[in-house]
Amino acid sequence: MTTRDVRLDHVTIRFGAHIAVDNALLTIEGGEFFSFLGPSGCGKTTLLRCVSGFIEPTEGRVLIGGKDMARVGPNKRPTALIFQNLALFPLMSVADNIAFPLEVRGVGRKERRRRADELLELIALPGLGDKKVYELSGGQRQRVAIARALAVEPDILLLDEPLSALDLKLRQHMRTELRAIQKQVGLTFIYITHDQGEALTMSDRVAVMNAGVIEQIDDPVTIYERPKTPFVAGFVGETNTIAGKVMSQSGLDVVLDTPLGPLSGMAGGGRHFSVGDACLLFVRPEQLSVQAAGAFSATVVKEEFEGNLRHVFLDGAGTPLRLSRVGGGAPLAPGTSIALSYDHTRSTVLPASGARA
Amino acid sequence: MSTGNATGRVFSVGYTLLFFAFLFGPLLIMSATAFNSSSFPRITPWECFTTDWFGVLISNTRLMQGLVTSIIIGVGVVAISVPLGLAGALALAEITPSLRSALYTVLITPVLIPGVVLGISTIVFWGDLGRSLGGGFSTLFFNGIFLTVIGQVTFIAAYAMLIFSARLQRFDPTLTEAALDLGATPGQAFRKILLPFLRPAIGSAAFLTLLASFENYNTTVFTILADNTFTTALASKVRYGTDPSLSALAVIIIAVTLIGAIVHEAYTRRGEALVAGPAKSGLYANRLGRLAVHPLTVFALLVGLAGFAVYGGMHHESGACQGRIMEGKRAEQERLIEEQQRRMKENAARPQAPAAGSAPGNPSPFGGAFGNVGPAAPPAPAAPAPSGSAPGNPSPFGGAFGNVGPATPSVPAAPPASMPPAGPASSGSAPGNPSPFGGAFGNVAPGAPAPPP
Repeated sequence: MTTRDVRLDHVTIRFGAHIAVDNALLTIEGGEFFSFLGPSGCGKTTLLRCVSGFIEPTEGRVLIGGKDMARVGPNKRPTALIFQNLALFPLMSVADNIAFPLEVRGVGRKERRRRADELLELIALPGLGDKKVYELSGGQRQRVAIARALAVEPDILLLDEPLSALDLKLRQHMRTELRAIQKQVGLTFIYITHDQGEALTMSDRVAVMNAGVIEQIDDPVTIYERPKTPFVAGFVGETNTIAGKVMSQSGLDVVLDTPLGPLSGMAGGGRHFSVGDACLLFVRPEQLSVQAAGAFSATVVKEEFEGNLRHVFLDGAGTPLRLSRVGGGAPLAPGTSIALSYDHTRSTVLPASGARA
Repeated sequence: MSTGNATGRVFSVGYTLLFFAFLFGPLLIMSATAFNSSSFPRITPWECFTTDWFGVLISNTRLMQGLVTSIIIGVGVVAISVPLGLAGALALAEITPSLRSALYTVLITPVLIPGVVLGISTIVFWGDLGRSLGGGFSTLFFNGIFLTVIGQVTFIAAYAMLIFSARLQRFDPTLTEAALDLGATPGQAFRKILLPFLRPAIGSAAFLTLLASFENYNTTVFTILADNTFTTALASKVRYGTDPSLSALAVIIIAVTLIGAIVHEAYTRRGEALVAGPAKSGLYANRLGRLAVHPLTVFALLVGLAGFAVYGGMHHESGACQGRIMEGKRAEQERLIEEQQRRMKENAARPQAPAAGSAPGNPSPFGGAFGNVGPAAPPAPAAPAPSGSAPGNPSPFGGAFGNVGPATPSVPAAPPASMPPAGPASSGSAPGNPSPFGGAFGNVAPGAPAPPP
């Protein structure tokens, strides 16, 4: 255990009758890039504010570096929060913004300026210290906010959807940059986002949250390929959902009776099903392929062109399906019946009731 | 179509001119009267250009002491209202929405209550409190300045609160959270983040509360007790008659306001030019231009100009001109007296009594008019006409009041005539008396019961 560990010990946060966070139990290790991923209103921001000290948990404890943080104010915790709107101080220069944490700790003017210049070097904005905040571009402000948070010399950096206000190109660029800064400074990053792309590209581990509940905590590949709940399967990435009943299971291989015929998949979360259980089969659009000897057939509804990908919308015996394919070739005419197959080892079977493992 | 447009344009230009004349006409005329030596504020006939009225204004101790009191009260009101208003605005911003409207109503109510009620309730409350605590009239509970500050704060703090509330609505509360998160104590977050953001509002609130305190009459007239503020002193002065020293005061106030407004405008334009980029506007493009329109330069220039005007005014000597005017009036007076004496001689059966006020050499413009009250009494019915309509008599009241006598049957002819030099008429018309009413009221006395002032 290091000073950079964060442990949520059965944390529950209630606002009146509303349960914002329900019994969160997890340990984030020192130096880890950890993301909370979920739709808006799922409680991820509440959890972050709880770690940073703006909200006390109704039940349970928050431990940072093994120490209970109960009744420790946000200004006393070894955390620094980067706000969604960045919350840069508009009346101060860039250098004053970055040096603010030092100013309130009584560091002298010269030393403050030296540290601010150092941090400006780190975020690759040297010489911008005397600019006003409103003179900076969106990406520059982003980096100034990070520099200001790093000036606290925190053990844990908390980021509340800091990229959501940026345009697509900049967002993708900042992902790489954030990850690089994290590697360089070696801090624990706790990152809040509703954008699965951000969570999957940057994180060491991802916690997927829904309605106050943490549904799954895993590395990005496992989250994507081996979702443990229907919510995770549906929320992270695109997927095809085919309902059916269990016909048989041998090991993790499950065969479902579906409107498209018997289809097989891997039991999600290592579950064991009984014959006749109502289940859902999840197949990623890029796993579906057009093959002469397919497992089932479907009718083309329409095809959409999106640059690198083509999305084919299909109707398989009343189940809407989509397929993503790369490259050119003649578009599929609507009404054409095509045979489809998929790699069943990369598909997941989960109970339809949505119970967690 | 084009004629319609032309008519419309003429109409709108005419309306605009009328509107501005309506707004600024009184101010312009009043400012001009401050420099006319006539002892009643007016511009026709123009007698002499003079700056004496400013001297008269400054030598009015009651007004000047009132000014000092007003400043003391104003500073006190600002010092209490601004923090109080800020606290109220912060409470409104932090409180739960369900309680907000109730608290808002409570805080805003004093603004809606008439000032008179606030004034009376303030003295009643503090007086009762003082008496129940056994305090005498020398204690704070009966101190006019203290009571006025307290009474004014009750509603002026609400003005300050409104200003702060408006500004606070634009404050991003995550800035305070960010400061806390970055290690600032709540006090530091308040001082370093919220207060700098509120600084413009603090300035406006201080200015507005100072003005509100300074100009307040309704509440102050009760709470000031035996003291005087500038406003109450001014009001009581006006009640006893107006003279051009009030115009002089208006000139000073207008000048101060204009300087303030121009400097503020320069400040605002500079701010806009700096945000837009320095090279956008011609004046701001070069260093010299920037320096010339800097608010401090503008301020120094205007204050210098005002100082120059004051210096020039202090050394302006209108004595010679006023002497000539006096001389003219005196000559007119003598002519009238001679005419009258001639008539009196002609009418030898009547007793002769030279009026005190009509002694030769009396330089007052009213002397003649009022002096005529006596002789103009019923025994000499012919006299009033020439005196009232005497050419060159500059006072509109002189004639009016002078004529009161003859028009009032109860005025006895004898008294003023029989006590020549010591009569009130002569004291009222003493040379150098600046009040236009001094004579008027003095002269009313002999005719006592009848004419109301």
